[in-house]
Amino acid sequence: MRFDRTEISLALIAIACVLFGFVSPGWLIFLLTIALSKALVVQGVVMQMRSGLVSFGQGLFYCIGGYTVGMGGQFFGIHDAIAALALGIAVAIVVAMILGLLLTRYRDIFFAMLSLAFSMILFGILVKSQELGSTDGFNVHNWTVFGWAPETGADSQQTVFTMTILAGLVIAIMIHRYTKAGIGVICEAVRENEVRVEYLGLSPRWLLYGNYVAAASVSALGGGLTALATGHVDPEMAYWTTSGEFIFIALLGGLGHVAAPFIAAIVFSVVRTYSIEFVPNTWQMILGFTLLGVIVFLPKGLWSLVSREKSGERT
Amino acid sequence: MTTILETRSLNKEFGAVIAAKDLDVQVAKGEVVGVIGSNGAGKTTFINMVTGYLKPTRGEILFNGKSILGHSPRAITRAGMARSFQVAQLFPEMSVIDNLIVALAAAESPRPSFLSPLRSDARIARAEEILVEFGIENYRHSKVTAVPQGVRKLVDIAMALIGNPQMLLLDEPTSGVSMDEKTGLMDTVMNAVRQHGVTVLFVEHDMDVVERYVSRVLAFYSGEIIADGKPAAVLADERVRDLVTGHRHTHKKGNGAS
Repeated sequence: MRFDRTEISLALIAIACVLFGFVSPGWLIFLLTIALSKALVVQGVVMQMRSGLVSFGQGLFYCIGGYTVGMGGQFFGIHDAIAALALGIAVAIVVAMILGLLLTRYRDIFFAMLSLAFSMILFGILVKSQELGSTDGFNVHNWTVFGWAPETGADSQQTVFTMTILAGLVIAIMIHRYTKAGIGVICEAVRENEVRVEYLGLSPRWLLYGNYVAAASVSALGGGLTALATGHVDPEMAYWTTSGEFIFIALLGGLGHVAAPFIAAIVFSVVRTYSIEFVPNTWQMILGFTLLGVIVFLPKGLWSLVSREKSGERT
Repeated sequence: MTTILETRSLNKEFGAVIAAKDLDVQVAKGEVVGVIGSNGAGKTTFINMVTGYLKPTRGEILFNGKSILGHSPRAITRAGMARSFQVAQLFPEMSVIDNLIVALAAAESPRPSFLSPLRSDARIARAEEILVEFGIENYRHSKVTAVPQGVRKLVDIAMALIGNPQMLLLDEPTSGVSMDEKTGLMDTVMNAVRQHGVTVLFVEHDMDVVERYVSRVLAFYSGEIIADGKPAAVLADERVRDLVTGHRHTHKKGNGAS
């Protein structure tokens, strides 16, 4: 298997991040873990944006990933983190394969609203489920990795941070290849001209379906990692504001590169954390102005700063 | 000769408007058929029905002797009937060569790969050959929105031909193209078509283009075919001159003017 420059750079950054984790304070590790987990969900949103669809309900798969990890430990005796994450992905794939049959018939705002509707249906079910803690959710059982049980606290935080980095690296490389592969490029072609794709003998609907299922699996992994990091899941994971947050981060980063969602998620988390810290009553306004500034001055997202710099180097 | 395309009593109604009325058409393998008619005569409706874009109200469509009625455009494309469009249908954010590469990948398999790169060396090399074949190699890296209309038309037709279709339907291949470019464009297209041994049916408003390239003409008027035959005979037909070409067009063989 050959790796290109982007993939090697991603691997080096990942190694640097893992090492950085050993010398960083706990609060920063936690912030980064949550940011990078959410970035995986955002990768799912971006994958769909590239094909011309905006999911307002990606929280559905974030929540499925999180709840499967939580329920696996609580009810089914699955304490291995890797197995629980894999199960979360599997459940998300099954759900996406069913919902995708309906959703991929729709485009534009209809797709957006339907995806939101399914997410809110899950939210409603979870809120009414006493066994799952209703609105409070429930705590995730202590977990192991291949039989090794990290100490709770810093040890556990460090482990989940490393797992998130590694998962992020694998997913980033896969998505990087996916966007250059047949399905990735042709999904962009669907966004640009569905009629032509159809008259090339391809089914835009099935292409979008494959893309939707792939995006769901990535998002579920993000949800599962969040559950492991926070040790808690609740129905808010499927709430519309959570899905809105993912779109916010996607717009912040832009669609230009696989690294953009990771950068945007970190920027978002830092801005939000410090806004809440210093201006607790108006933090939403700060986030609003941040997005406004990005849309006005960097319509292609934060990544356009990097790509501009690169094109400047070439000239 | 073997019939490749046949329509039987093909009808299309849009409410009270009859866009196609009992169209019985047979096209033999290897023919180059021109479809003429004024705006609203039902030419594009006919192509849209045959290629699965529109569902006929009544009638039957046979391709290679098999019914394709109700089939999706992609199924019809895969069966061997490709088309181009009046307004070139391209991927506007992509370069000319990338448009061709997407078409090449689509022709190879209906299920694109999840991980192997689309822009493989083999596809790039084949796309380069096509660029040269169509004389558009100077535009390879230009966005399709930034190239002249004639080039866009050629890319559209090249993409349709990439899947090695048995039959190609061209909807006004020279519309929006300057008079000077028309002959060059059609020469390029017809050369490519001959090389691939493709049966062609094309809609055209320019009678000079029709006369020059087709072996048979179908004249449409108000959803009906009012004449079908050799170009000279059809263009000299009094009804065609009255209702389709207008009196301004006089058949060249008659007096050398058009």
